[in-house]
Amino acid sequence: MAELPIIVVGAGQAGLQVAESLRRGGYDGSLALIGNEKILPYQRPPLSKQYLSEGMLEDRLLFRSSEYYEKKDIELVLGQHVSALDTSARSLIVDGKTRPYGKLALATGASARPLSVSGSEHEGVCYLRSVDDAKYIRGRLSADPQRVVAIGGGFIGLEVAGSARELGHSVTVIEAQERLMARVVSPLVSEYFRKVYRSRGVDIVLNVAVNRIERSTDGSLIVVLADTRTIPADLVVVGIGSSPHTELAETAGLHCDNGIVVDEFAQTSDPYVVAAGDCTMHKNSRLGIFHRLESVQNAVDQAKIAAMTLLGNQKPYDQVPWFWSDQLGAKLQMAGRSDGFNRTVMRGSMEDGEFSIFYFDDDVLIGVDSVNRPTDHVVSRKLLAAGANVPDQIIVDLEQNLKTLL
Amino acid sequence: MPNITYVSHADERTVVEVPVGWSVMEGAIQNDVAGIVAECGGGCACATCHVFVDPLWIDKLGEQTVMEQDMLECTAIESTERSRLSCQIKVTSNLDGLIVHLPENQS
Ligand SMILES: Cc1cc2nc3c(=O)[nH]c(=O)nc-3n(C[C@H](O)[C@H](O)[C@H](O)COP(=O)(O)OP(=O)(O)OC[C@H]3O[C@@H](n4cnc5c(N)ncnc54)[C@H](O)[C@@H]3O)c2cc1C
Ligand code: FES
Repeated sequence: MAELPIIVVGAGQAGLQVAESLRRGGYDGSLALIGNEKILPYQRPPLSKQYLSEGMLEDRLLFRSSEYYEKKDIELVLGQHVSALDTSARSLIVDGKTRPYGKLALATGASARPLSVSGSEHEGVCYLRSVDDAKYIRGRLSADPQRVVAIGGGFIGLEVAGSARELGHSVTVIEAQERLMARVVSPLVSEYFRKVYRSRGVDIVLNVAVNRIERSTDGSLIVVLADTRTIPADLVVVGIGSSPHTELAETAGLHCDNGIVVDEFAQTSDPYVVAAGDCTMHKNSRLGIFHRLESVQNAVDQAKIAAMTLLGNQKPYDQVPWFWSDQLGAKLQMAGRSDGFNRTVMRGSMEDGEFSIFYFDDDVLIGVDSVNRPTDHVVSRKLLAAGANVPDQIIVDLEQNLKTLL
Repeated sequence: MPNITYVSHADERTVVEVPVGWSVMEGAIQNDVAGIVAECGGGCACATCHVFVDPLWIDKLGEQTVMEQDMLECTAIESTERSRLSCQIKVTSNLDGLIVHLPENQS
C-alpha cells in the first residue's frame, strides 16, 4: 500500500512554508496543500499597504506561480473547506469527501474579530483580512473623497488609515485604549505615531469605545461613541484584533487555548498533528513563554520547525520575533520584545523621524523598535539572537557601527 | 517579457521571464529561484534579497537610494560595488538579458 500523504490544511503563509520546507527537507512522498480561498497562496501584508495605496496588481501578491506547485509535486487544492478532522481514524472531511492522512499540519490562520455593537452589519462596515476584503475597500477608496473611520488603532486600522489618507480621504481612527498599538509597542512609540497621524491630518480619538453604528437618512453611516460623540462616515473599517481558526482542532479534541496549543517543536496534543502560524498558541523556548503571534516571521519560522518535526528532525523554536509596519512613510520595525523593560536607550532622534529605541531589562537587551532605521533593525535582530552585550554609549553614538558588537 | 538570468552560488543558471514593472526579487521568488529570501517582501528593510549584478550590466541599472546603500551594509555576505538589493531593481524592457549572481547565503 502506498504511504499515506502529508496533508497541510490552510494555504496561507504558514501552510505554503510547511509544504516548501518538507520538499526542501527531502520529503518526496505524497503531499497536499488544501485551502478554502480560491486564489493561489498570497501575501497579506501588502493588502493594507501598497495594494490599497498604490493600486498594486493581484498577481504580484502571489507567493509562487502555479507552475511551482506542479514542479514540486504539491497537490494544491483551492476553494475547498476542511470541515472535520478525525484524529483516531487519521482522516479529514474535505468538501464532503473523506481524505486519509499519514501526518497533518494545521495552518488555518485567523480571521478578523467581528465588531459586536449594534449596526455592525450595515453595508459599508468592513474588515481587512483577505484579498476580497482589500478589493472591496480599494473600490470604495477609488471614489471621490470619502469619510473613512477606522475602528481600532492597531496595525491594520492604522495602515488602512494611512493608506486612505495618502489617497486624499478624510480619516478618523477610534481606539478604545489610551494609546495606539498598545498591545505591541511601547508608550514612546505610540505617542510618536499619534503625532505623525495628527500632523498628517488624521483625527485620532483615544480612550473611548464605539457604542453603535447608525445609518443616516442619506445612506451614510454615523459612528456613535460611548461618550455620545458622533462621527459621520462613508466607510468604516474595523481592525480590532483577530480570532484564531481553531474550530477544526477543537472539535477533534486537540488542546486549544486562544489558539491551537503547540510545544516548541510545533507539535499539537496529537502525535500525528503539527500546527504553525497565526492559529497557534505556541512556546518560544528563547523567550520561555507561550504566546500567539500574527506575523510573517512567526508563520515562516514556525512552519519550518513544524516541517522538521514531520520529518522526524526536531529542533526547538527559539527565533527572535520581528515585525514591520508601514505607516504614512514611517517604516516601523520591531525586534524582540518591548514589554517588561525597565529602561530605554535612544539612537537617532524622534524629531528627525529616524530613531531606534533599545529596550533593556537592567543590562539585558530584550527588544528594539526602529522607525526609518532599517539597518538598526537588521543588526538588532542579530544582537538579540546572539545575546550580545550592547553598551549605551555605542547605541547613542551614530558614528558607531552596531555591527562591531557582533 | 524581459528575461532575467539568476546565477546561483553553485553556478546554476535559471532564466525567468519577468513582467515589466516587477522587481528582480519578485521574478525570483515567484519562480522559486533559491538564494533570494526577501523576508520583508520588498520593503528595502531586510537585506535578504542581495545580488551581485553582472559587470556588463552594472551601469545600466538606475541609481541606488540612500536607504538601499545603507541596507547593503547589512547583508549576510559582504557587499561589493556590484551589490544591489534585488527588490529595488525594477524590471524595464532595457533590462532584457540582465544577469545577476546570487550570494552563498542571505542570513
Ligand atoms: C492586512 C494585513 C496586513 C498585515 N501586515 C503584516 C506586516 O506588515 N508584517 C507582518 O509580519 N505580518 C503582517 N500581517 C500578518 C500576516 O499576514 C499573518 O501573520 C500571516 O498571513 C499568517 O499566515 P498563516 O498561514 O498563519 O495564516 P493565513 O495567511 O490566514 O492562512 C490561513 C489560510 O487557511 C485557510 N483556512 C482556514 N481554515 C480552513 C479550513 N478549515 N479549510 C481550508 N482552509 C482553511 C484560510 O482561509 C487562509 O487562507 C498582516 C495581516 C493582514 C491581514
Ligand atoms: S526584500 Fe527585503 S530588502 Fe529586499
